[in-house]
Formats: sequence, C-alpha cells, structure tokens
Amino acid sequence: MRPAVTDWQPSAIQLERESYRRRQAARSTAIAAASTALVLGVVGVLVVSSPGWERVHETYFDWDKAVDSFPAVLAGLWMNVKIMVVSAIAIVVVSLTIAVMRTTRGPIAFPLRLLGTVYVDVFRGLPLLLVIFLLGFGGPALDLSGLPRSALFWGCASLVLSYSAYVAEVFRAGIESVHQSQRLAGRALGLTYAQTLRHVVLPQAWRRVLPALMNDLVSLQKDSGLIAVLGTVIDAIRAAQIETAKDFNYTPYVVAGFLFICLTVPMARLTDWYARKQGFAGAGSLM
Amino acid sequence: MSGVRKAFGSNVVLDGVDFTVNRGECVVLIGASGSGKSTLLRCANLLETVDDGVITFEGEDITDPRVNGDEVRSRMGLVFQSYNLFPHLTVLGNVTLALRKVHGVAAAEAEQRGLAMLDRVGLAEKARARPDDLSGGQQQRVAIARALVTNPRLMLLDEVTSALDPELVGEVLDLLSDLKSEGVTMVLNTHEMGFARDVADTVCFLHDGVIHESGTPAQVIGDPQQERTRAFLSRIRA
Ligand SMILES: Nc1ncnc2c1ncn2[C@@H]1O[C@H](COP(=O)(O)OP(=O)(O)OP(=O)(O)O)[C@@H](O)[C@H]1O
Ligand SMILES: [Mg+2]
Repeated sequence: MRPAVTDWQPSAIQLERESYRRRQAARSTAIAAASTALVLGVVGVLVVSSPGWERVHETYFDWDKAVDSFPAVLAGLWMNVKIMVVSAIAIVVVSLTIAVMRTTRGPIAFPLRLLGTVYVDVFRGLPLLLVIFLLGFGGPALDLSGLPRSALFWGCASLVLSYSAYVAEVFRAGIESVHQSQRLAGRALGLTYAQTLRHVVLPQAWRRVLPALMNDLVSLQKDSGLIAVLGTVIDAIRAAQIETAKDFNYTPYVVAGFLFICLTVPMARLTDWYARKQGFAGAGSLM
Repeated sequence: MSGVRKAFGSNVVLDGVDFTVNRGECVVLIGASGSGKSTLLRCANLLETVDDGVITFEGEDITDPRVNGDEVRSRMGLVFQSYNLFPHLTVLGNVTLALRKVHGVAAAEAEQRGLAMLDRVGLAEKARARPDDLSGGQQQRVAIARALVTNPRLMLLDEVTSALDPELVGEVLDLLSDLKSEGVTMVLNTHEMGFARDVADTVCFLHDGVIHESGTPAQVIGDPQQERTRAFLSRIRA
C-alpha cells in the first residue's frame, strides 16, 4: 500500500476552481431566495385582493377559533398517529407474507401464489373509502367471536387490507430484483430455501424498497384520517368536524390540515434523505 | 460422476460426462468458453438437477431425489465465477454466514474462525468492509474464504484466477497448493494452462458435452492425443 501523502497543498489551479465553485453556489442561493420571495409575494397579493377574501378569511382563518379548537384537533391527531403506527406494523407483516407467497416457486406453492394474486387483485381494485365503509359498518355487524366490534378495529383492518395489497407488490418487486445468483450463492453454502430468503434475499430486497415504503407511510398518515367517516373514531378530522359543527366556522379543518402537514413533512424529508443516501442522486431533493 | 447429462431446453450442454475425483486429488477442467464447465460444477453441487446420470459423493448417490440437497451442499464449497458475494453483509459476515446458520457455530467462535480464514487469504484488515468496496481480486479471495471456512470435503472452484493479476494468481495458486497438501479435494475450472499444469493431478478436457481427453497435465497439455484437444490448446496459446 502507498503511504498517505501528508504534505499535500492544493495547487493554485485547484484553489481557483474552489473559489469559482463557492461563488457559483452563493449565486444560486441568492437566485433561489429572490425567486421564492417573488412567487410567494405575487400569490399572497392575488389571494388577499380577491373580492371574496373577507368572507374566506372569517370562516377559514379565524384566529380565536383556531386557538379554541386546537387542543381537540391535536388530541384527534394523536389518534391518527396511533392508528398509523399500529397499521404500519400490521401492513409490513401481512404484505411481506403475501409477497413471499407470490414469489415462491414450485407446484406445491401454487395455492399460495393463487391466494396472494387474488388478494392483491381484489384489494388493489377497491377504493380505500369503500373498504372502510364496507368493513367499518359491516365488520362489527358480522359479530365474529374473538374479534372486537369497535369501529376503530375495523377501520384499521380496512387500512391494513388495502395498503398491504400495494405494499406486497413493492416487496415483490424488491424480492424479484435480487439477482438469482445471490440465491444460488446462499444455497451453495448449504442454506435452505427459507434461510436463503431470510438471510440473503429479504435483507437486500428490504434495502431497495425502503424509500418506496416510506412514501407509502406518508400516504398512510393522511389516509388514517379517512376513518373519520365511521363517525365514532375521534381522529383529527372528526374532531375538526365536531368543532366546526358548533358555529359553522371552518377554521378547525384548516388547523387539522396544518397539523397533518406538520406530521408528514418530517417523514417526507426523511424519505428523501434516505433515498439520497442510497445513491439515488437528486431524488426529491429540495435544492 | 458417470453419464451425466444436462440440457437447457434444446441446448444439450453435458451429454454423458464421466470422471472420478479421488480423495485429496485436484482435477482441473479445461474447455472452450460455453463448453459447460460452470454447468458441470453447478450440477455437482446440486444447484442444477441433472437430466440423467449419477453423481456419487462420499459413497452416496446424491442425484437421488430423496437426498437432502441442502445437507450435501453444506459438505461442499463452491466458488462462483462471478463471486456472488452478499452485498448487504460485511466481508466477515459473508464468511461466517454458513458457519452460523448452517453449521450452528456460536457467533463468537464463527467470528474467530472467519477472521483466521481471512487472515489466511491476506484480507484480515478488510473484515469490516463491504464487498462492493473491494477490488475484483480481493472479492475473489473473500469468495474462496467463504467457501473454505466450513472445511468442506470437496471444493469446486470456477475460474478462480480469471480476475487476478499475475502476482495474485501466484498467491491463490499457493493457497490452493496448501489446501492440496492438507488433503482437500478440489475440482476447478480454468483457462490458464500454466495454472492447470502446476496444481492438477488430472486434467480433463471438456468438449461437445463429454470429457474428450483426460490424464496427467503432462499428457493432456504437454502431449495431447486428440485432434480437438490440440486445436483447443493451440488456440489458447496463440
Ligand atoms: N441457466 C441457464 N439457462 C440456459 N442456458 C444456460 C444456463 N446456464 C448455462 N447455460 C448455457 O450452457 C452453456 C454452458 O455454459 P457454462 O456457463 O457451463 O459454460 P463455461 O464452460 O463455464 O464457459 P466459460 O468458460 O465462459 O465460463 C452455454 O451455452 C450457456 O448458454
Ligand atoms: Mg464458466
């Protein structure tokens, strides 16, 4: 190995290149700031000068109403977070199972593949809202022994069933993207089919699909709000609905929207960061 | 191995291959690109199911469908032409995976044996690196270490020197000579006749799906009897 060079000094040409790059970077930042200020300013003036602004301002952006309704909506959002976390864990388990079922080869596994395919076809085709209506009201009515009858349980079950169909396809793509030679190498070491899947294929598949999965998680955060249609689960949207019904001022909905954004933005940035770290240059980056 | 036949669709790659490897012996397979050398090793390792013929390993017919292929593979080591290291594991993780998961060796001991093995192939300081961060020759040596660490009864090596510079070829060659003197049985594929001459007890020339000619290196490489073998060797030397 070559010894590390310790007395390296950048040459004049390298110093000049670096100062040029710094000047360029400063210029880009200045242009970005100026154009952002301009666009926001124009949009702001247009909205505020519109004829209906007075009324919209009162019914949607009432500060006192916002402060009043904030605690209730925030408490509702906590419900969304809980729904999201529990559902996300269940989704990973269900969808991984489906994906493994669908990628298993051989005649013995045919029923598994068939079951997986039918499941994905059905739940990818059904609108989520419809599933929530059907299961949220129909599920409790079934009165199955051993299963809770609460709207919360059946609402979460709807999310899990719907999302698992999508996420299973993401996992399946990940599993199939791992080259066959990796499986061969695992088997050559004496690992069984299942061990190869567990220690060789799935870890690689998981890494590849994580950015896509995190994207689905952001989406799940919002869609957890759809459970509000069942009426009995007090999440952020349902709480805003209740607050709004008191005096027909819609500000609580804006509060709920604001809180949802606060919840999803960190998640979205985390996804971008991870995707970049994985080497997808430029993927969703801000600058 | 007798009468082994393997076809991919209508492409008959092996058409009745017969040969025997004795314990502690080193057999070198030579043959043109696409002649089926890699396929033969994969069949011997049961990664491909043969279409006909019998492969006997340690007195057992391993081509019998009732045989547990995973167990048979755990007694062999296969080094792939394209290495096939696991990119999500460190170098040490690659080397110790089979010890831990197949042979039930405790993590600490597996690590120790893995490090010793890596030291032997001259890569102890790369133990924590990822395979993708290594040079081709280094990856090749990790692949050999991964196959060797479980003390397989039979090593199958596919073109283990094709990616190495002459100096490293020498190192790998020394490693293989060491293994041979320890009594490890080996079958290896190569395009390098010098290498074949140095390590082989028996050289087999594979052509048209059969072993065309076999014998000591001096016979097959030095003084080939078959027209085909001569043609192949002269093309390689040219
Ligand atoms: N999985 C496969 N499916 C279909 N055909 C295959 C498969 N594997 C190998 N073959 C074919 O079998 C033939 C022999 O391939 P093989 O890899 O055994 O050759 P080789 O002798 O190892 O060549 P090389 O010296 O280039 O490594 C080739 O014609 C190849 O196209
Ligand atoms: Mg080959």
